[in-house]
Amino acid sequence: MSTPDLVADAVVKRFADHVAVDSLSFSVERGSFFSILGPSGCGKTTLLRMIAGFIEPDDGDIAIGGRSMRGVAPNRRPVNMVFQQLALFPMMSVGEDVAYGLARRGMSRVERMKRSNAMLERVGLGNAADKRVDELSGGQRQRVAIARSLVLEPTLLLLDEPLGALDLKLREHMKIELKQLQASFGTTFVYITHDQSEALVLSDHVGVMSHGRFEQLGTPQDLYYRPQTPFVAAFVGANNRIVGRATRSDGSLAEIATADGWVVRALKTGAIADGDAVEVFVRPEVAMLARSAAQLPPDQPQHSGEVQSVLFDGANSAVLLQEARTRREFRIALPQTGQFSDLKPHEKIAFSFDPSRAVCFAARAGTAGQDA
Amino acid sequence: MDPRWHARLALGLLLAPALLWLGALIILPHVDLAVLSFRERVGPRQYVASLAQYKTFFAEPLYWHVFLRTAVMSVIATGLTLLLAFPIAWIIAKLARGRAGSLLFIICLIPFWVSETVRTLGWMILLRESGVLPALLVKMGLTHVPVELLYRDATLLVGLVYTSLLFMVVPLVSSLESLDDSLIEAAYDLGSGGFAILRSIVIPHAAPGITAGCIVVFMLTLGNYLTPTLLGGKNSQWFTEQIYTQFITRFNWEQGAAFGFLLLALSTALVVIGLRVSGQRFGDVMRRT
Repeated sequence: MSTPDLVADAVVKRFADHVAVDSLSFSVERGSFFSILGPSGCGKTTLLRMIAGFIEPDDGDIAIGGRSMRGVAPNRRPVNMVFQQLALFPMMSVGEDVAYGLARRGMSRVERMKRSNAMLERVGLGNAADKRVDELSGGQRQRVAIARSLVLEPTLLLLDEPLGALDLKLREHMKIELKQLQASFGTTFVYITHDQSEALVLSDHVGVMSHGRFEQLGTPQDLYYRPQTPFVAAFVGANNRIVGRATRSDGSLAEIATADGWVVRALKTGAIADGDAVEVFVRPEVAMLARSAAQLPPDQPQHSGEVQSVLFDGANSAVLLQEARTRREFRIALPQTGQFSDLKPHEKIAFSFDPSRAVCFAARAGTAGQDA
Repeated sequence: MDPRWHARLALGLLLAPALLWLGALIILPHVDLAVLSFRERVGPRQYVASLAQYKTFFAEPLYWHVFLRTAVMSVIATGLTLLLAFPIAWIIAKLARGRAGSLLFIICLIPFWVSETVRTLGWMILLRESGVLPALLVKMGLTHVPVELLYRDATLLVGLVYTSLLFMVVPLVSSLESLDDSLIEAAYDLGSGGFAILRSIVIPHAAPGITAGCIVVFMLTLGNYLTPTLLGGKNSQWFTEQIYTQFITRFNWEQGAAFGFLLLALSTALVVIGLRVSGQRFGDVMRRT
């Protein structure tokens, strides 16, 4: 096994009165796509800027390609960064921009223009070398920013929410392109984003960050199907959150009752004793609908509700229910078959979900009893 | 009334003060000066058209020597002002945040609340033989007797730079403020050191501001009369003094007018050369001022 391209060892960064990055340790394997996912203010930008070298950690060490980066200036690190606003140089042509880093290494003009053109060719901008930055579209600029970094063959490519400024359609397109670029270059990518869909689609591994720490580090599938903390369950993907108390334990499952008397069952994650305040998370696609309770799987606890509204969004369509007794909101994905496309508001409907596919956690301090 | 005619009238009225100012105070006197400069007095109230005034300028070494000296000193003063103003503008635009930035700006502005004459006299109080600085030098044991610091070229340059500094700082600050910090970071990230960033990113971005500041400062310096007269004295040999002498002392308006036009030609020529060398367009530059 080769040494990881990036190793962070107990990295700490404090600003005045708060800890932006709190003793963080992780490693990123060579050639993988690693994402740091978190809401704004979680410390992910600080972490990325420490890797790039713009900020020195207060404590701990960052090693890139097996070499400690303590005291190494950004221009001497084998790392390049794609900036959030791209930061392309308006005073240069696209070709000069891509060749900029090579020029700084003292490469001859002929050689660097050759490499710059070859790199632009590889990202599908073969004829753009003589254009000015403002003549390019958003997606093309994105590719120039990536080409400008990759032409230097860095050990690590850092990407600071590079898709944030694009419109939705282009963002979806660039997601696929980024993934293909990373696969074809084989460079290790470290990507930060607050968009969980970007992180899930692109990454081999994702670190979910909150308050300067990783809540969970794992594959996108791990985060989605096996969240380890309520924060991850709430942040990654859509989820129905139900707050209550554990009333009974049944092997790996727990029975939870809400304050107003709705009883559900879910898989325990971590230690939960009877009487503990818990948070239950049920994904919209885990629950199934039926016009009569008899059509539901007989081994699952059955619930009933009233249709509040139908949220049509093509393949992501869902129905928003109110649980019959407690009037709590509950979101259920509509099946792709179009079976329930004729649902009307105020219609009564039955639903159930597999308790082993719903998760529950001991409630986070300060959130017990609070509803989502 | 035809609305289009109405609009034209409104535009004309709006432009009237500017046109009056241009016509009455700039174009008209210059036309008159041009006529003056191309004639020669042959007897009492008798004039003939001639190039005598311009011939005198080239024939008399003192005149074109002073002329060249003024040009060279103005270029040096402009260069020094740029070197001094750039770090100041950088600090105001990039390093000082919020209130500190405006405070620094006000500090640059404060001297201009005092009239130029008083400011220059202030320099004289500091620098003359019986002044503050020579006395200080004696006290520190650096010189045995007080030295006269006035009437030297260096003193003249100090005065000129001091007078022009603000006019360089303002366009520089505005052009540096518009430079996105992430461009600097990106250049740093791509392997540039401080000097390479300055040369490849900061200066190209600030070029219109630099050119604008240089043009303004150069013109102000070239046309300055007070500072060279007070700080340089007789040694200053500034071309504006020659013009003054011709008009007021010699009462030779024809010669003075010719000198005036030569100075105008000089400043125009140097500004055009400056724009050519820096690859800037006049329109872009003036938008930054």
